Amino acid sequence: MATEEMEQLVRREYKDGFVTDIESDTLPPGLDENTIAFISKKKGEPDWMLEWRLDAYRQWLKMKEPSWAHLNYPPIDYQEISYFSAPKRPEDRPQSLDEVDPKLLETYEKLGIPLHERAALAGVAVDAVFDSESVITTFKDDLAKEGVIFCSISEAVQEYPELVKQYLGTVVPKNDNYFAALNSAVFTDGSFVFVPKGVKCPMELSTYFRINQENTGQFERTLIICEDRAEVSYLEGCTAPQRDENQLHAAVVELVALDDAYIKYSTVQNWYPGDENGVGGIYNFVTKRGDCRGARSRISWTQVETGSAITWKYPSCMLRGKDSIGEFYSVAVTGGRQQADTGTKMVHIGEGTRSYIVSKGISAGNSDQSYRGLVKTGPRAKGARNFTQCDSLLIGDTCGAHTFPYQEINNSTATVEHEATTSKIGEDQLFYCQSRGISEEDAVSMIVNGFCKDVFQELPMEFAVEAEALLNVTLEGAVG
Amino acid sequence: MSDTQTFLDTLKARDSRRGSEPTWIAARRQAGAARFEAMGFPTLRDEEWKYTNVRSIAQGNFALADNADFSPASAAALTLPIEAHRLTFVDGVFAPALSELENLPDGVQVLPLSRALEDNHEAVGGPLGRLTGVEFSPFAALNTAFMEEGAVIRLDRGCVVEKPIVLQFLSRENAEPTMCHPRVLVEAGGRSEATLIEHHAGQEGAGNLTNVVAELFLGRGAIFTHYKLQEAPLGDYHIASIHVEQERDSRYVSHNLDLGGALVRNDLISDLEGKGAETVFNGLFFGQGRQHVDNHTKVNHNAPLTFSNENYKGILDDRARGVFNGRVYVKRDSQQIEGFQSNQNLLLSDRAHIDAKPELEIYADDVKCSHGTTTGQLDEEAIFVLRTRGLDEQTARGLLTLAFAGEVLENVTQDAIAERVELAVAGKLPERFNVAGLVETSTALND
Repeated sequence: MATEEMEQLVRREYKDGFVTDIESDTLPPGLDENTIAFISKKKGEPDWMLEWRLDAYRQWLKMKEPSWAHLNYPPIDYQEISYFSAPKRPEDRPQSLDEVDPKLLETYEKLGIPLHERAALAGVAVDAVFDSESVITTFKDDLAKEGVIFCSISEAVQEYPELVKQYLGTVVPKNDNYFAALNSAVFTDGSFVFVPKGVKCPMELSTYFRINQENTGQFERTLIICEDRAEVSYLEGCTAPQRDENQLHAAVVELVALDDAYIKYSTVQNWYPGDENGVGGIYNFVTKRGDCRGARSRISWTQVETGSAITWKYPSCMLRGKDSIGEFYSVAVTGGRQQADTGTKMVHIGEGTRSYIVSKGISAGNSDQSYRGLVKTGPRAKGARNFTQCDSLLIGDTCGAHTFPYQEINNSTATVEHEATTSKIGEDQLFYCQSRGISEEDAVSMIVNGFCKDVFQELPMEFAVEAEALLNVTLEGAVG
Repeated sequence: MSDTQTFLDTLKARDSRRGSEPTWIAARRQAGAARFEAMGFPTLRDEEWKYTNVRSIAQGNFALADNADFSPASAAALTLPIEAHRLTFVDGVFAPALSELENLPDGVQVLPLSRALEDNHEAVGGPLGRLTGVEFSPFAALNTAFMEEGAVIRLDRGCVVEKPIVLQFLSRENAEPTMCHPRVLVEAGGRSEATLIEHHAGQEGAGNLTNVVAELFLGRGAIFTHYKLQEAPLGDYHIASIHVEQERDSRYVSHNLDLGGALVRNDLISDLEGKGAETVFNGLFFGQGRQHVDNHTKVNHNAPLTFSNENYKGILDDRARGVFNGRVYVKRDSQQIEGFQSNQNLLLSDRAHIDAKPELEIYADDVKCSHGTTTGQLDEEAIFVLRTRGLDEQTARGLLTLAFAGEVLENVTQDAIAERVELAVAGKLPERFNVAGLVETSTALND
């Protein structure tokens, strides 16, 4: 294997690394009750919301940062982070693309995702989060016709306080874990989706996240609710500009599915992973949880994780409703000095619940990757069924791949299966492809894509294309 | 802290009655006691003890035995009918009357630890505690603090022992609960071969604590088979730590069979330190009533071209709880590794519980490693097929349970042990079927 190309990969510069200079109302670094009051006031929030935040903050103060993950990073100074940054002119929101700050459009241009083109071609409504503030929401009218609410969480707090009050924090409680508590105290934006009874959302909803202020942590809060027989597919994708300071990203995503509802949540995550020495890069501590409250409800998580210096992320499903279904499909690719500890939790509470987990990990360079999953079946989960498959592919001899699946089984009618393999790309597979005239690099790319196919086919089309491209870029020259 | 104090008081009382002995032993005991005092008993907050609550041990008050009196008749009933070299301990105290050490071939030493220390304490002091130090766990520290008896087995280079070596630990029904902390040390020289049978049994009413630590060193090309048959009384607490170090081309086969005990915890670790070394972990645990059986295994592939194969099966009935935590670790640059791990669990009752956690931790790329774990119940279709052949449901279930255990037992070449396990697994399910009936049925089927 050509070590030169390997090194080339390690030295590869982050393609999407650039900083767009937009003036913003940024808070100086630091966190106390005043910071939270400032954020709340800036957002024009009602008193109950501020109380909610302060309560979360007080609980956070009593908590300890978790250390059980297979991760290694210097301690985070939470007083060194600025907790609020928003593009200027919040009163003067653009109503159409023409009114959008050209600099912002330019940023998207550089990313190769022209917003208007994308919106027009793909029919995707985009609630673009530029730094922490929602800047533009399109296709709102189309959605409104169906009764679907798709807006930023701050807007929802003002416009639909009853819905927010009813659901916020019911899936991920304020004190669920250290990072969720921090998020509850200081979250600045995120999306809110509400699909009423019997409505199938007419288009795929999507948010593009970007972190753009130096020293600004990103604390997104997303809440998606599907009422009886409703369906929605939500896409989340991220890229971030290059910088030296480590950035903290602690998002919370809550999904609620009532009877017969179906939520599909797809993520392509490509935050800046740090340079070849592991300097810079995003710390990504995310709490994502779906609650299958209703009978026959279904929640499906699909993720493609290629970025971030540190990933700590376990999208989970609480399977409460009878015959509800939880799914988790994941491809995680780590290179350089990236570290990822990711997986899922499937908690079977209701009768006849089913879950399916497919996790594919690829580690290259000096990276370290762990799959950590929990499958738990309660005493009332009669006939619960789980199948888990997690495969790891190692590229190079300086990386690590680990699997830590937990199974806690509390009833004799449950059937739980787990399989895991770890290997490298087979010499015989490579040889076979090459004997058919395929170059080594193409062969590797083909084999890796085949390895991830089970997951990619779960992605919406546009994302699948993007994911394959991302994978090819990430692994360019890794083997060859 | 008061929990540890009871144990430390017992230790102090014991120390005051000890005669003169080499200083290193006293120092080692003190280090163990200090470490134990500092750590305290593990709680559910410790990742390694997440599923096993040892409160019942911590809150107990266990005395130390001072004699090895045991009625020969009941000892005979418990003893495995195997022709062997045998050391017997009663509540941790060596019982010469129940041991057979004549006819040991040349090149083999099988000694109680106390005698090995008398003969040449320096030879014991070197290897003892090298693999399982006081840092390993609070129980290892406790064992070190109380260390005084156990067994030392040494095999010279090229020495092949035909008959198995049996270490028999008997637990007695005493006026008050008793504890023992046996220490086993095995040094197998290059190309030596032996079979060790570690057997834990006892009187039904006993509620004793056995906290055993075994360290095994396998020289180049040594072949060592280690049976651990744990059929302690159902009121007993059993904590065991086994740590093996393997040199080049050595082979270690472990059969870890757990049938008894109220609370059982096994830590089994193998360090593969030389090319060509191989480890086989074969395990079966059976729980009923409110038994709690916890197996933690770890294979460390510290050298390239090493192999491991692990197969653990659990059968849990009533309100029994089982824990399986298996880890395969591959050190950086340990290339061309093959490591396989399989864990299958059968839940026979709705209130039985299993926590399984197979782990892979891999830092090299040219490896073939996999693990699989399943938990389920008997296959209804298989039951149906047997019933169409005229078997009643209970017999069908019994046959399938035995078949499930059979996959592990088929590798057990000591018939006496395999029979005990089969009888226990079948016999402990009296309402479902009886073994005699089963044998008849299967004979009839064969005709």
